[in-house]
Amino acid sequence: MSTVTPLLSVQRVTYRYPDASGDALRDVSLEIRPGEFHAVLGPNGSGKTTLIRVALGLEAPAAGTAEIAGRAAAAWSRRDLARIVGVVAQREDNLFPQQVRETVLLGRYPHLSLWGAERPVDRDAVTRALERCDALGLADRWIWTLSGGEYQRVRLARALAQEPSLLVLDEPTASLDVRHEMELFELVRVLVDGGGLAVLMITHHVNLAARFADRVLLLAGGQTAAQGTPRSVLSRETVERVFAWPVAIESFDGHPQMIPLRQPKEPA
Amino acid sequence: MKRWLGLGALVALALVSAVALGPAHVALSDLPSSAIVRSLRVPRALLALLVGGSLGVAGASLQALVRNPLADPFLLGLSGGAGLGAVLAIALHVAGPWALPLAAFTGALGAMALVYRLGLVGGAQLDPRVLLLAGVAVGAFSGAITTAIVSLAEAADLRNAFLWLWGGLSGASWDTVLVMAVYIPVPLVVLYAAARPLDLLALGEEPATHLGADVEPLKRRVYIAASMLTAAAVAVSGVIGFVGLIVPHITRLVWGHRHRALLPAAFLGGGALLLFADTAARVSVAPRELPVGIVTALVGVPLFAVLLRRWGARG
Repeated sequence: MSTVTPLLSVQRVTYRYPDASGDALRDVSLEIRPGEFHAVLGPNGSGKTTLIRVALGLEAPAAGTAEIAGRAAAAWSRRDLARIVGVVAQREDNLFPQQVRETVLLGRYPHLSLWGAERPVDRDAVTRALERCDALGLADRWIWTLSGGEYQRVRLARALAQEPSLLVLDEPTASLDVRHEMELFELVRVLVDGGGLAVLMITHHVNLAARFADRVLLLAGGQTAAQGTPRSVLSRETVERVFAWPVAIESFDGHPQMIPLRQPKEPA
Repeated sequence: MKRWLGLGALVALALVSAVALGPAHVALSDLPSSAIVRSLRVPRALLALLVGGSLGVAGASLQALVRNPLADPFLLGLSGGAGLGAVLAIALHVAGPWALPLAAFTGALGAMALVYRLGLVGGAQLDPRVLLLAGVAVGAFSGAITTAIVSLAEAADLRNAFLWLWGGLSGASWDTVLVMAVYIPVPLVVLYAAARPLDLLALGEEPATHLGADVEPLKRRVYIAASMLTAAAVAVSGVIGFVGLIVPHITRLVWGHRHRALLPAAFLGGGALLLFADTAARVSVAPRELPVGIVTALVGVPLFAVLLRRWGARG
């Protein structure tokens, strides 16, 4: 066990939505330290997004604790928390037309005083964040003219403009094509290796998580099905049980890769 | 900078024309000494600026709050509540110079409290969509009660109530200007302080939370402050539609969507629009006067139709 205080620490958390009949999360633990890339995998409805909401103090667990940087997640003000954790949520709206640089500047909100204007350091942080996401060329574009991949890079840049230590990404590659999802995973890996950032990513891409993430948490029905390095988690038995589908696990480049098998229909 | 100079010039032009023009002819050289100008036109012009500005800011903030670009301050049931308050005061023969404004203000605040209560889902979170529906429902309900009272009242009383409610700025005096000038800075400052978090709210409540905004207190503050502005506006000048809807749209086209610039621009733009509309209302059918709400609707509706087409074309 490392002695560094984890940026995010969830210990034996149980959570149940009001009026629900069962627990959305039961006895789940997770620790993330600087320079680590964690992926959370699991079928739809397995509690992935709920875990993030509890970890960030948006929902209070019925049992267990959720801490950010050594302090109870719910005890942080949203503003102070936003300087430590940047989140790219699954969905967001674009109520009013915005330009890229403008929307990335919103990431500076937790650093601005109530009445003060944006300072040069804020504009620099925006430029730097755009650069890191290879999106500086998009700075003056209108959001609605961006492709899906460009838009995700811009949203990532906005979270980086917060200058966080931990980045939380909720299915950032949903509806992206192969090139764009690979680009996004490569970018996240560079941020972790080069910038010492910690990343928590929810994803449906079992194989990309296996190749890019340091650790994997596999959730099933709100409980931990397996947790650890991709190699230790992604065994055929576990994956078949969690996703309820027959698979083969092959090794590629030292990483386990899942191949879903066909289920031949029995002749009538 | 150019935009602000242009807007400033527009406000100045609106003020000058409001003071210089009127049913009674006053020579330009006599303007400073004229009693009509000093006791009628100047306070009326200042009141138009304050009321129009309040409606512009209230509209811009509410559009961000309910996340609907078609929201109008009076859509949240305040005009219904104000009308009910005023009609009740007349039916109960409450007398005094401030009876009607105070009754309308109280009615508007009552409607605000009711809509707010209905908008609190599960007792804790303010749901903007429910807020909008509750506003329409409360407005319709208080409108029904108002009509019931009016239909049972004397004909003269009825006319008084409606003339007052749609009467616009004809009741302006230095006293009403003073009351507004003292009252509106508080909600205006509250809304300006919420300008940046309102920018975040346009992304959705959850993304705004992740960017550091305290979304629930923000929604409450904005709703209450915008309603307080609207309630004061309706108390001193009756229901004036379209200013709170049109002005934020036009200012958005020029200033963009950052509320730090948008809110001050909406204040000045709303003031200028109402000044021009009120001048037109006084001059166009002199010696009689059109209700200013009719002028803003006559100008506002075509303008709004054009905006809707632009919106649709981009959509």
